[in-house]
Amino acid sequence: MRSDRGPSAPLGLKIAAACGLLFLHLPILLIFVYAFTTEEKSFVWPPPGLTTQWFAVTWNRPDVWEALSLSVRVAAISTAIALVLGTLCAAAVSQTRFFGRETISLLVILPIALPGIITGIALRSAFSLADIPFSFWTIVLGHATFCVVVVYNNAVARFRRTSGSMIEASMDLGADGFQTFRHVVLPNIATALLAGGMLAFALSFDEVIVTTFTAGQQQTVPIWMLEELIRPRQRPVTNVVAMVVVLVTLLPILLAYYLTRDGDQIAGSGK
Amino acid sequence: MTLDAAMPRTTAPAILPGSGGLRGTLSDLFWRRPQLLLLLMLLPPVLWLGIVYIGSLFALLLQSFFSIDEFSGLINREFTLKTYGDLFQAANLDIILRTVTMAALVTLASAIIAFPIAYYAARYARGRWKALFYLGVMLPLWSSYLVKIYAWKLILAKEGILTWLLAKLHLLWLLDGWLSLPIVGGNSLSVSFTGTFIVFVYVWLPFMILPVQAALERVPGNLVEASSDLGASPGQTFRNVLFPLALPGIVAGSIFTFSLTLGDYIIPQIIGTSRLFIGQAVYSQQGTAGNIPLAAAFTVVPIVIMGFYLWGAKRMGAFDAL
Repeated sequence: MRSDRGPSAPLGLKIAAACGLLFLHLPILLIFVYAFTTEEKSFVWPPPGLTTQWFAVTWNRPDVWEALSLSVRVAAISTAIALVLGTLCAAAVSQTRFFGRETISLLVILPIALPGIITGIALRSAFSLADIPFSFWTIVLGHATFCVVVVYNNAVARFRRTSGSMIEASMDLGADGFQTFRHVVLPNIATALLAGGMLAFALSFDEVIVTTFTAGQQQTVPIWMLEELIRPRQRPVTNVVAMVVVLVTLLPILLAYYLTRDGDQIAGSGK
Repeated sequence: MTLDAAMPRTTAPAILPGSGGLRGTLSDLFWRRPQLLLLLMLLPPVLWLGIVYIGSLFALLLQSFFSIDEFSGLINREFTLKTYGDLFQAANLDIILRTVTMAALVTLASAIIAFPIAYYAARYARGRWKALFYLGVMLPLWSSYLVKIYAWKLILAKEGILTWLLAKLHLLWLLDGWLSLPIVGGNSLSVSFTGTFIVFVYVWLPFMILPVQAALERVPGNLVEASSDLGASPGQTFRNVLFPLALPGIVAGSIFTFSLTLGDYIIPQIIGTSRLFIGQAVYSQQGTAGNIPLAAAFTVVPIVIMGFYLWGAKRMGAFDAL
């Protein structure tokens, strides 16, 4: 660790880094402007005028609400399943050493390491072989599978920092296993689980590739958006929904960041 | 605990009796047999992932050895290599080649754009700036994938902001010149390979920045100082010290950019030409064509390519940089 302020960066590097960050952020900011445009038919820039009327129009669209409700329900249940499975797996892998430990880590990471289309088509062909009809639960099945890894990553990082002697101390003081879990382990990993849960929620809320293979006629918000992108019906409504989606996913990420920023491993680096 | 089990209770009053009750009994049992607890903890996640995920992957592999009856359109559930034979038709090989080329170009461009950001964040950013850089990469990474693609549709549209900007700068001739080129050109950027390429780079860029930054953060600062003390120019230091040490990070990032480009079917569908990529071929084969065996065989291609890629990356030490 250096004690001085460190050398200043060369100008060229500063400019390249700044341009890179602008390249990452300007397109997203553009979404916020387009949500207020008065233009209905095209993507003309600059917007001919600004209006808030599209927010009211979007508010009164039942298909948007249905998609939102389905997305929230799927994300909530997938997150709950992922929280249980991810925490169990993380606890087992980090607290003990056993044969096949590496394989378990690989198994958890695989659904997100392979391209989404593989997970999607694999699930679809399994459903088709087993004659399972598409439903709410087939969507959840897919989402929960790739959400486990997010919870797992956060929980493993936290378990690594939690010292085992605290658990031993609790046992020595006469607490049974359940009391130790409730009063010692849980408070220690709670924020990591919360962060992992929020990231899992964001991941599920945004997922489209796997969902196109596991959803029947039902539309989640991303499927609704995809439909609008391929066959646009009312562009201003899409603009407003896009802006809302950006805001909805932004908040969990910021919260997850603040919950885990003191740790050596910060949430979200392993999407 | 072994001590508890070894001593008779009556002679050792300091040791508590068994806790009693179902909860106590369970708690004691887990304490005496940690293997049992481990098994119980591992069982649900392993069962879930094993059945749902690995099971599905096997179902997929199995399907790729079935074939479709050309007359009835029904799937013939008998082992055959015919579907893999279909895969090697010229049209399908074109699709594979196109996708792999695109993935390689996207990976290269992401590495070039990511390096300065990662380098600045790793070596110069401190305190508040460091957090800002971190969030600056994390927020686009986690922003909605479809919204990001949509934003580029707005930007690249003929009447969009890019055309407007170039017109203001009197550079429209440049855009028109580029669009008139074969292969990379088209009617407008949003229906050209150039557009597809830009969006791929944009969407996967954060996946490259993070591992490169992690690798660069592990390069000791005094190594760079030593290099310049020994008379190396900044260019030489970069080539001989920094780049070789950052390479595992770049390879780690390239796993993501390469694999994600290979499997994506939404970006080329929304921004791009009508010529297919692997992902689109899979999607149309299983959807409109109803040929699940060929779709399954198509997905085996990226799995095999990624298998080789990961094997090479492992040899280069990329996994330590993840």
